[in-house]
Amino acid sequence: MTRISTAFAKPHPALVCFVTAGDGPTAAILDVLVAGGADVIELGMPFTDPMADGPAIQAANLRSLGAGTTTADIFALATGFRARHPATPLVLMGYANPMVRRGAEWFAAHCAAAGVDGVICVDIPPEEDDALGPALRAKGIAPIRLATPTSDAARLPTILDGSAGFVYYVSVAGITGKQQAAQGSIDEAVARLKAATDLPVAVGFGVRTPEQAAAIARVADGVVVGSAIVELVGEHGDSAPGKVREYVSALANAVHSARKVPA
Amino acid sequence: MNAPNSFRNQPDERGHFGQFGGRYVAETLMPLILELDREYRAAKQDPAFAAEFDDLLEHYVGRPSPLYYAPRLTEALREGAPAGKGAQIWFKRDELNHTGAHKINNCVGQILLAIRMGKTRIIAETGAGQHGVATATVAARFGLPCVIYMGARDVERQSPNVFRMKLLGAQVIPVESGARTLKDAMNEALRDWVANVHDTFYIIGTAAGPHPYPELVRDFQSVIGREAREQMLKRTGRLPDVLVAAIGGGSNAIGLFHPFLDDAEVKMLGVEAAGHGLDLQHAASLAGGAPGVLHGNKTYLLQDEDGQIAEAHSISAGLDYPGIGPEHAWLRDVGRVEYTSVTDVEALDAFQLLCRTEGIIPALEPAHAIAAVAKLAPTMDRDAIILANLCGRGDKDIFTVAEALGAQL
Repeated sequence: MTRISTAFAKPHPALVCFVTAGDGPTAAILDVLVAGGADVIELGMPFTDPMADGPAIQAANLRSLGAGTTTADIFALATGFRARHPATPLVLMGYANPMVRRGAEWFAAHCAAAGVDGVICVDIPPEEDDALGPALRAKGIAPIRLATPTSDAARLPTILDGSAGFVYYVSVAGITGKQQAAQGSIDEAVARLKAATDLPVAVGFGVRTPEQAAAIARVADGVVVGSAIVELVGEHGDSAPGKVREYVSALANAVHSARKVPA
Repeated sequence: MNAPNSFRNQPDERGHFGQFGGRYVAETLMPLILELDREYRAAKQDPAFAAEFDDLLEHYVGRPSPLYYAPRLTEALREGAPAGKGAQIWFKRDELNHTGAHKINNCVGQILLAIRMGKTRIIAETGAGQHGVATATVAARFGLPCVIYMGARDVERQSPNVFRMKLLGAQVIPVESGARTLKDAMNEALRDWVANVHDTFYIIGTAAGPHPYPELVRDFQSVIGREAREQMLKRTGRLPDVLVAAIGGGSNAIGLFHPFLDDAEVKMLGVEAAGHGLDLQHAASLAGGAPGVLHGNKTYLLQDEDGQIAEAHSISAGLDYPGIGPEHAWLRDVGRVEYTSVTDVEALDAFQLLCRTEGIIPALEPAHAIAAVAKLAPTMDRDAIILANLCGRGDKDIFTVAEALGAQL
């Protein structure tokens, strides 16, 4: 069992929380995500050109880079997190260029040394897997792939071949943080994915309220929340951890109890 | 590295030019990119597609564009050259195309592909505005709604083109993120596309982006080199000694170069924008960059040691981009094409030189090529031939040039 598979084997759906590294007091925010009930952490690697992200995460990327965040800082955050939270899975999420800049092997080795469990690279599709995938697998880091509303039955095997950790279902054809997909389309897509893979399926993009998260958690193995957390960090800066904890606790309660039969 | 049998059979089926190119896009876009590839292969085999493309280039764009010998520029550059030196300078006059630049060649091809694929909405990014104008033009010609993303800084410095696009019925969206130039416009166009894949065709303006864009843009622009090769043979009975073209993303250069790549006797020089200077802010990705991944392809990029993309600078909005098309990256690494760079100041001097010697106001983009020609010609024999791509006219740039020269309009 890996940390990721253990997290998804809990007796309740998983809450996956995203935060941009280096935007606000990241170490403290990571701690409150865990304390608030997050089961998996996605640590966003800031990039100058986040072309798949909406305004909230774009702004977070710019704040982080403006504050001088480096790749070394991100690995230091990961290393510190792993020391404080030995069991919680940590996934790096971002764009190809910062990941491959010094070579895929360099990146994979540093992920392994920092206790990173998986990597989500937005702009390396299966067709370009050679750019990063083999190096990650060699170090036991899960390459986590994205499936989207445009991933039809013919495309799914290509996506799933070489995937590990979990499958991230991007519920909206669009950028992060904008609108939420209709629940019906999510139910249908999750059923299709679950039929095609044994990997856990987590659903994200546009999830904001505990009610939305709970509705998704009734069908999916996990719910990903990102932009809403990043917005709290943007709004509250150094005092964000308290607000984030409150919000994540509400999400975790909703997600963790989503499949319990109402009394 | 061993020389390949041909320099003209790139990319491979995965869209790779050596280590460059590829399809580095979000998963949402992959099915569409694959469909575009299939449709492009089918269109290439379809005589009706070629016939419609050729017909539009002739009767709508005004091709073939002339091949012009520039006598007074040639003479001007011979003054001060060593005895017997001073090559003949010829121009491929793509600035005489409808809309005033080479960009329209590619837009005609891509909108025919869009229609073939049943897409009903067009988007594009633009830097100088030439590609935006060309896209708005073909969208109007075929009656499709069109949204153009343009960096807010470029909107300010290229206001005549913004107005042109609006006259042509396009919606121009100023992009406020980043440095508010071409790179940021491309990010925003990609965000639009990923949210509207079902009905939208993205007309990319240069020979870059995810496969098959670098290939299809090159193919549509190769009309420049095919015509020039035939015209030069007809006029002089031989091929030119050197081809020269400016490079931002590199579409006019690859369009000129590609049909000549297997003519071993023809040298080629791509000219990047050195902006304020290579040790200051510039847009010369080959001279000052390193391989990386951006906007769907692997290529040379201006970036820091962590892979964060640097802001480019050039007085020419059309060259103001921190990357370059992947085929140029490959041609540089295999040594087939030589690349150099020219500063803002040198380009401004060349701009004025061409105005005064030939009565042609060039765009600031080809002014970079002309500046390189001005350095090269005096080193070559008098019977040598330099062919430069005059890829755009300078009407759009007169305000920028006036400001740089301290003139009040």
